[in-house]
Amino acid sequence: MATEVLMPALSPTMEEGTLAKWLVKEGDTVSSGDILAEIETDKATMEFEAVDEGIIGKILIAEGTEGVKVNTPIAVLVEEGESADDVASSAPAADAAPAAEAAPSAPAAPKGPVEVIVPEEQDIPEGTEFKSMTVREALNSAIAEELRRDEGVYIMGEEVAEYQGAYKITQGLLDEFGAKRVIDTPITEHGFAGVAVGSAMAGLKPIVEFMTFNFAMQAIDHIINSAAKTLYMSGGQMGCPIVFRGPNGAAARVGAQHSQDYAAWYSQIPGLKVVMPYSAADYKGLFKTAVRDPNPVIFLENEILYGKSFDVPVLDDYTVPFGKAKIWREGTDVTIVSFGIGMTYALEAADKLAAEGISAEVIDLRTLRPLDKDTVIKSVMKTNRCVTVEEGFPVCSIGNHISSILMQEAFDYLDAPVINCTGKDVPMPYAANLEKLALVTTDEVIDAVKQVTYR
Amino acid sequence: MATRKNPAKPNVSAEELLEYYREMLLIRRFEEKAGQLYGMGLIGGFCHLYIGQEAVVVGLEAAASEGDKRVTSYRDHGHMLACGMDAKGVMAELTGREGGYSRGKGGSMHMFSKEKHFYGGHGIVGAQVPIGAGLAFADKYLGNDRVTFAYFGDGAANQGQVYETYNMAQLWELPVIFVIENNQYAMGTSVARSTKSPALWKRGEAYGIAGQEVDGMDVLAVKEAGEKAVAHCRAGKGPYILEVKTYRYRGHSMSDPAKYRTREEVQKMREERDAIEHVRELLLSGGHATEDDLKAIDKDIKAVVNESAEFAKESPEPALDELYTDIYAKELPAGQEA
Repeated sequence: MATEVLMPALSPTMEEGTLAKWLVKEGDTVSSGDILAEIETDKATMEFEAVDEGIIGKILIAEGTEGVKVNTPIAVLVEEGESADDVASSAPAADAAPAAEAAPSAPAAPKGPVEVIVPEEQDIPEGTEFKSMTVREALNSAIAEELRRDEGVYIMGEEVAEYQGAYKITQGLLDEFGAKRVIDTPITEHGFAGVAVGSAMAGLKPIVEFMTFNFAMQAIDHIINSAAKTLYMSGGQMGCPIVFRGPNGAAARVGAQHSQDYAAWYSQIPGLKVVMPYSAADYKGLFKTAVRDPNPVIFLENEILYGKSFDVPVLDDYTVPFGKAKIWREGTDVTIVSFGIGMTYALEAADKLAAEGISAEVIDLRTLRPLDKDTVIKSVMKTNRCVTVEEGFPVCSIGNHISSILMQEAFDYLDAPVINCTGKDVPMPYAANLEKLALVTTDEVIDAVKQVTYR
Repeated sequence: MATRKNPAKPNVSAEELLEYYREMLLIRRFEEKAGQLYGMGLIGGFCHLYIGQEAVVVGLEAAASEGDKRVTSYRDHGHMLACGMDAKGVMAELTGREGGYSRGKGGSMHMFSKEKHFYGGHGIVGAQVPIGAGLAFADKYLGNDRVTFAYFGDGAANQGQVYETYNMAQLWELPVIFVIENNQYAMGTSVARSTKSPALWKRGEAYGIAGQEVDGMDVLAVKEAGEKAVAHCRAGKGPYILEVKTYRYRGHSMSDPAKYRTREEVQKMREERDAIEHVRELLLSGGHATEDDLKAIDKDIKAVVNESAEFAKESPEPALDELYTDIYAKELPAGQEA
């Protein structure tokens, strides 16, 4: 019986990949464990092995094909004397056009769809060229540019050098800058965070990569007690210019210990600056600002965003200042405040709400400490309603903090209580359906907006 | 406790001996004064005195060169005085005044001096060990031939981060001297009650780090071992461990009733092994100084200490707006750029 060989998922977040190279050809006999092809994921190039024995009856996806969705049939394996056409359905299912989305039902709101207004970029000179880049590429180029700019900058972490980065963020850096400045560490977060802090006190500017921020809990004493407090405890004599960076929050299906958002944790600490970007341009501009900042900076990234593309301005030295939120779209009915991957839900909700005649202003905080409360307050003074969106836990969340600010500083402008959309108050479950339920969803944001706008 | 290794024929000049005497005595008198001010309510919080351990820092500072760095735990007053920080600034920090090294915002456990390459003063047991290796990392990165002294106690020697640091320090051949000040008690727990392997320096062997035990009540033995360690580091051979056997006469902190050891034990150490008394004997028996000379030194030191106490009492409390300064730097503090 002929069987289909399907495009494999080779990482927790992989949805598609490039079929880089076939290592077998039609007619070849393969047995279990033989390498069939090389597949490039967003993280690495992996060899793909045969599970079953048989003859390669037909190759369905040519090598070099990009964007092959997971589970797409890529080849047909036949037995002696069989034909590849014996496969019941060799039509690549994933290629089938998705069923056209049901036309939105007539909006309940009396007015029709609202116009989407995207404000002009403030800090980018007119006529600047933009280039589409993934967050990963933007971050990689930002690190490289800062390493080039200042000899005192180095990057340290697990697998940052020879492995080229567990998430490929540091790809190519070892080749350009050498082992003195791109340093593989043993698996010893507590220790190397302390070493990096000491080197910063002595004048270097370390970039510390945590493979994920979950592992930084081992190092949190040095981040908070050693890095954040030294300037104060030394009466301003001793600073600690250091960037702690790495993926934060949930990836996909990695369970409770690998799926935590630390935005609220670090934002509580005086002496730290906390950055959590959404777009590739902000990843780039804010990272460069982080390296140049004379204070310890927590730079919270997101694994799911790494592969997402955005337009990034083509400028020699693009930086984005801390403490300035970005308004992604203007609106009049409600203010949606978010940051990091939360922006995905915020913007998606705003789109759907626009179709229903609700005009949402969407603010990306970008940095959580310092926090641009003026932009939030100004927006709420206009819309009189606010919903916050984040993936972190609900108790003592960033949203709670925004609510408190609004209550104290814009109370008279609020026409409804602020609603905080957050991750649920549970450790992250592994099961796919439960994980989906544990994270914040676009529908929850839409429901919250409807509540505060009394629709 | 190791027996005294240096007989009465030290290979050291009279001037040097006198200098060690002066420095150790300064630490002791300073600490006694600090204890007194604590009793008067002028110093608050935790205050960990260095009395009994003076030969450790004074011996190692004698082996250091200009530009070498040091970092230690919260029992840090002795280290600051020994590296040349001003007694007035240290005492005023203890009283939480504007004239203190951290303008009153750090306290006994958190003081720094960039000028003297003193990197704290750390309140978390063991945290200074990777930080010390990080200072050495920077020196190696910059290629400036400096070494770092990272001091910690027998208690910190059981912290996991110490061993994470040993591994990296040896792997990267960092010029750091790990100084274990083994005063035999981690707060109230004796070494014997906290570890089955009491030769703490030998734990470095697992990482390939050279080291040795030193009699910490003998300033000359400490200096000699320090010189060996410094030479090892400066030759690019990586880290070195010194386990310095010492003894603290006072409690862990001012609030420690010290029920975990007998009065007799402390008394015996004071009478038989006191490091200052040792140098005093060497000076007198070697004909390097007379009783009158030493009395004059005592008097000078008393004056320095009294002056520091007066300064610490009279210096005003920090201005209230200091509450919100030094949380974030606008630029790197002066002199920090490598």
